[in-house]
Parts: sequence; structure tokens; C-alpha cells
Amino acid sequence: MTLLDDFLIRAALAGIGVALAAAPLGCFVVWRRMAYFGDATAHASILGVALALSFDVSVFAGVLATALAMATTVSALAGRGYAMDTLLGVLAHSSLAFGLVAVSFLQGVRIDLMAYLFGDILAVGRGDLAVIWGGAVLVLALLWWRWSALLTATLNPDLAHAAGIDPRREQMVLTIALALVVAVAIKVVGVLLIAAMLLIPAAAARPFAATPERMAAIAALLGMLSAAGGLQLAFALDTPAGPSIVCLAAGLFAATSLAGLLLRRSRG
Amino acid sequence: MPEMPREARRMSSLISLDGLTVAHGGNTVLSGVSLSIAPGEIVTVVGPNGSGKSTLLRSVIGAQKPARGTITRAPGLRIGYVPQKLHIDPTLPLTVRRFLSLPDRVSDTRAAEALEQAGAGNLAARQMSGLSGGQFQRVLLARALLCNPQLLILDEATQGLDQPGSAAFYQRIEKVRQELGCAVLMVSHELHVVMAASDRVICLNGHVCCEGAPEHVASAPEYRALFGTGTQGALALYRHEHNHSHDHGCEHDHGHHHEAAE
Repeated sequence: MTLLDDFLIRAALAGIGVALAAAPLGCFVVWRRMAYFGDATAHASILGVALALSFDVSVFAGVLATALAMATTVSALAGRGYAMDTLLGVLAHSSLAFGLVAVSFLQGVRIDLMAYLFGDILAVGRGDLAVIWGGAVLVLALLWWRWSALLTATLNPDLAHAAGIDPRREQMVLTIALALVVAVAIKVVGVLLIAAMLLIPAAAARPFAATPERMAAIAALLGMLSAAGGLQLAFALDTPAGPSIVCLAAGLFAATSLAGLLLRRSRG
Repeated sequence: MPEMPREARRMSSLISLDGLTVAHGGNTVLSGVSLSIAPGEIVTVVGPNGSGKSTLLRSVIGAQKPARGTITRAPGLRIGYVPQKLHIDPTLPLTVRRFLSLPDRVSDTRAAEALEQAGAGNLAARQMSGLSGGQFQRVLLARALLCNPQLLILDEATQGLDQPGSAAFYQRIEKVRQELGCAVLMVSHELHVVMAASDRVICLNGHVCCEGAPEHVASAPEYRALFGTGTQGALALYRHEHNHSHDHGCEHDHGHHHEAAE
């Protein structure tokens, strides 16, 4: 496998893997207005990094556990007195703060905090690649399996009930998928930019999609394009890789939004 | 109407509620509601805002767990549900045709047939977010008809339609009932329109105030106390005088517990 010896090839494959899983999940985040939810889950994962390092377990497992805990806490607390955006703001930023404080307590371990905050895609090894693609395939399989039920529950909870679908179970499926994406994406774009990989490709796909399936497919294409193109950009301009990927995705969003606007104008 | 033994009525009905009590976080919304729906009849629930109409329908479709009482459904009962309103987020692209295949994929012929029955025959390729209020309601009706329902449930299905629009919608419901032979359970504010189209009207205000044929209910003092005596209820006042008299008028014997409804 001489191909995987090249760190740039490994980085590109890692970015494409994350984009592939993040884009369809990101569509649900957009449709259900869960953007802050994604942010909170991602920010909590820095606490997971600290815990994983102090208990000497894999970072992937630590992040997955805290992301899941965060997501279920938010789901459980929702609708109990606080507005959702307040609740998420409190939880997202305090878990980020606790995580950063916890990391500073770690003794004897020198960790590069920047690598977890903004990702370190160029340092992706073969083991990381296996984890990323394993997680991505798992997320895609989960979404494929529950697709119809998820869409119905997203449209209207009562409609779902009438069709024998439990909307809370579908919410749980999304929560698990979100935790998985956060856990695999932390190496690629870092905790601060994971939400961008979820939201921006999905939002960029909206103007050209007539059905939910097409929106997910276009989002996946745009996400992969951003990952591969962003890496090249970073290499050429000597800029940080994770943020470069997000910048390219934002550029694509601006372009498709403008094109969509002009298209609507010209149709009258 | 001669009183059938309760057990016999439950056997022949599509769905029957017995002593249903529902609470939302400590507030009793419905108390001791008993009713049953026979195959093919159109039953309308009327009542002021906050009287528990939507809660009743949500209990029937299984979205709301009762605190007390039982709900008995006929085995394998097929329910078609038209929700009160459905907000489709503009970020979600969805054609009418794709909407009909949620959650279960249906064939193009079946979809076209249901759209035709609901009077939405030419809308299949349109985006859901671009439909007018009336078109949207007809698409929701088409979706509810896909499962060939024995019981069609409509929750304030004509909200946001103008009067001719909602009158046309109820005429369509009547036509659907004739074609499919399904029972219809619906909730509405629009008493004057609904009254004409119903076999039976249930007047609800936390409990069943009175029920019976539309003419009977319209003249019942319980109903008048809820909706006023004006022009057939068309200019109804949604004000509930809770000390209305129960001593005469309503021939149905139902226990009244005023404290439970408040």
C-alpha cells in the first residue's frame, strides 16, 4: 500500500471520509434547525480529549462518550424551563471551558491543544484513516437504514406517531450519528470547525435540490470537493488545512446561493 | 338512540374510548371522555379553544398517553391522519410526490389515484413549500388516503382557508366518505359548515358536554352555553359559562364533574 504512504493522500482520504458522512447528517441538522446542537456536541468533545488522555484510553472513545453524553443531556433538558438556544449556549461554552481547564491539569503529557481545536489532518495515520472510514460508513449505514422514518419525524412528530414511528427514537438515532461524526472529524477539522462541515455543504446544496435525497447527495459532493480542494489550497498557500477546507466550503456556499438567487430571478 | 350494552358497542366500533383522562404536566385536559366511532359515520368534535379537542385526536392516533382510561382499536385498524397544520421548513426540498412516499414508498399509480381523490391531481411535481393553503390541505388529505383508511382523522383541517375554500373541503370529505366508506373523525371551529356535514356532533369542553345529531346538539342548552344562540353558531362566542344548566335538554346521560374540567 505505497499509496497510503503519502501523507497528502492520507489527508485527502480522511477529509473525504468525514465530508461523506457529515453532509447527509448535516442536512438533518439544517432541516431540524439543530445547528447549535451540533456546535454544543462538538465543543463538549474537548472535554472528552482531556478525559481520554488522563485515563489513558483512545481519544476516539473519549470523544465519542462525551459527545454522546452531551447530546443526550441536551435532549433530556430540552423543554424544561430554558429556551433551547440559551441551554445550548450554556452547555457548549461551559463544556469547552471545562475541557480546556481539564487539559491544563494533565501532567507529564504534552498535548498540542491546537491540533484538537483546529484539527491536524496532515498527521492522519493509517489507524486514524481506518477509524474515520469505519465511523463514516457506520453513520451512512445508520442514516440509510432510518432514512424514511427520520424524514417523517423531521416533517412532523404527530405525522410520525400516526405512522407508527416514535419521533424520540429517531432523535436518538440522529444524536448517535452526530456523536460519531464529531468523534471521527476531530482529527480532520478540530472541535471548533466540525459544525461547519455539517452545515455549510448542506446549506450550499439547498438551492439546487428538489428532493431531500438530492440535497444530501449534492451536499456530499460539495463536502468532498471542499475537503480535497481545501487541502490543495493549504498546500499551495501554506495555510492551516482544516480552516482552508472550511473556507473553500464557505466559498462554494456563497457561489451556489448567488446562482440560486439569479436562477429564481430569471424564472420570474 | 337506544343504549347498547357497552361491550357490544365496543365490539362493533372502529375505535372506542372509555373514561379517557389526559393530563399535561399536572393540568387535566380531558377527564372521563367516553365515545366510540362506528364504521362509515362522520363525527365532529366542537368545543372552545383549550377544550382538549386536539388532545383527544392525538390520543386516538397514539401520540398522547392517557393518564387513565382505555382506548380500544379494532384489530388492524387503518387510520389516515390529516394534521392541524404542517410547517415544512423552507430548507427542506420536498416535492408533493416525494411527500406521499413518506414513510412508506407508494407506487406512482397509487399516488396519482390518491391525489385525484383529494382533488390535487395536478400537483405531484410541485414543491410543498410553494403550495397555497388549500392545495396544501388537499395534499395532506391525499397522503391520509394512501393507506385506504377505515378511519380518517382531521384536526382543524381548514385552518387558514377562506369560507368557500373550507366549505369545498368539507364537501370533498363527504365525497371521499361515499367513495371509500371510511368513518371520519374531525375537529373544527367552523360550526356552521361542519354541522351540515356531520352524522354526529360531540360538544367537548374538557369533558363531553353533549352529543348527538347536529340539530339536536345545536339546540342543546350545553351547546348554546358554549357557543351562544346566534346565527346557527356562525358568530359563536368562544366563552364558556360553566354554570350552565344540565337539568334538562340533553338526553344523553353523562356524569358531569365540573371540578375535573377546570
